[in-house]
Amino acid sequence: MGATSQIVNRPAAAAIAKGASEPKRHAALVRITHWLMTLAFFALLISGCEIVLSHPRFYWGETGNVNMQPWLNLHLPSSRDTVPTGYGYVLPDANGWSRYLHFQAAWVLVAVGLLYVLWGIFYGHFRRNVFPAPADLSVKAIGGSMIEHLRFKRPGAHEAWSYNVLQRLSYLIVIFVLFPLMIWTGLAMSFGFDAAFPLAVRLLGGQQTARSLHFLVTILLVLFLLVHVVMILVAGFTARMRAMITGRVVTCDRSEPKF
Amino acid sequence: MGDISRRKLITGGLAVAAGASGVAVAARLARRYGLIPPDSRGIYGPGETLTYAAQRLLGGHAMAREFTRKQISEKPFANEVDPLGPEFARLQLGGFADWRLVVDGMAARPTSFSVAEIKSFPVRSQITMIGCEEGWTYIAEWTGVPLSYILDRVGTLPQVRYVVYRSFQPDWWESIDMSDALHPQTLVAHGMNGAKLPVPFGGPLRLRVPRQLGYKSVKYITRLTVTDNLESFGKGVGGANAESGYAWYAGI
Repeated sequence: MGATSQIVNRPAAAAIAKGASEPKRHAALVRITHWLMTLAFFALLISGCEIVLSHPRFYWGETGNVNMQPWLNLHLPSSRDTVPTGYGYVLPDANGWSRYLHFQAAWVLVAVGLLYVLWGIFYGHFRRNVFPAPADLSVKAIGGSMIEHLRFKRPGAHEAWSYNVLQRLSYLIVIFVLFPLMIWTGLAMSFGFDAAFPLAVRLLGGQQTARSLHFLVTILLVLFLLVHVVMILVAGFTARMRAMITGRVVTCDRSEPKF
Repeated sequence: MGDISRRKLITGGLAVAAGASGVAVAARLARRYGLIPPDSRGIYGPGETLTYAAQRLLGGHAMAREFTRKQISEKPFANEVDPLGPEFARLQLGGFADWRLVVDGMAARPTSFSVAEIKSFPVRSQITMIGCEEGWTYIAEWTGVPLSYILDRVGTLPQVRYVVYRSFQPDWWESIDMSDALHPQTLVAHGMNGAKLPVPFGGPLRLRVPRQLGYKSVKYITRLTVTDNLESFGKGVGGANAESGYAWYAGI
């Protein structure tokens, strides 16, 4: 259905025709940046959760503290006894290493992300592999792909070499909307950065709004990650992992586990 | 095949060599222009150095955001402090008339000031936000004397690079570089929201560093020491917070 127009992987077909060495499903740069990004993302997620525990409440606008009404109270135990949680105990303070790790991982994420995006633009990766073909953007094609996904239908062999339309759209949103929003809202919480670029926080509507949005976009990214992993399990964990680690695709694949 | 891998080896080797010498040159330049924080060692050193260097290069003289009177928080939150003890109570009872702020170190005229003297110095008021590393914030109007005025008055020597400041609370100290120390918004604050600085918020004297997180705005300051290096102070990482695992530079 929707994805059938993407069957042919031209570089791969051309490489085979020329009798060159075995084509790779994912370019080396995609594989390396994918795993570095995974590492940085988990470091950011774990340290981010830890930082939230020191004040598990969220506000809109510029200011927010325990004397103010939050729009969201997570009702979690806190690592500070100044937060009235009702739990009667205080978690150990771990913001020191968490903040160090968070910002170091953020540098890795930004550097690796920039490398990937610039490479992707320069070498036509987005044009070829990520932007959906115009024919696939019809309601019928997208709807068809959605039904396939909702039935957890195992993708056909053609998808071993190409992303389907829903995959392409969600990757585009993650790469060009969610991650940039994450970096922007993160920077807008920095006092030094806001002094140099006050518009960054003013456009968002305030320091606490930036913090709330940073948290909400995290939830969207975690949802994406969950769907991403479930889809890999549906499509065949071994084959997809092999493609993202070694770049190789085994065409007549009997080694895949049944799902 | 052999040719290709040799070519790859040579270009790869050249790239690594260029990268390594690039890092070495960048490190020398960074040291020269004061872009290396005192806690640059250890596994988080690279990220910390990048953050500090980037913020100093991009916003060295930038001003912290100031707000309108309407934006002042109705109920600012005074973070908890350890018990201040009987000596503090005695000073408080005397209206802090006996409180002294010592200024020493690499200065031509080291001295000490009473709170009354500090209050007689030129006053600056500004409405800024204070934010805790935990994530909460409030906005207040702070009144005080710019730290740069006091440094000027004691005649800091040209090689000075940091100001170390100590709290009345034992073992509670911090330090900032000259970019923040000479910054016009960095105050020795003695007033808040049009009144005397209340004790829970750091009175009688608090160092307000509005471009950094709240833990750099140390309450109850008793001593400023100007220095050209931080190695002889404590563990050499520039503050009690840095010694307990928090970043020395808290502009983020």
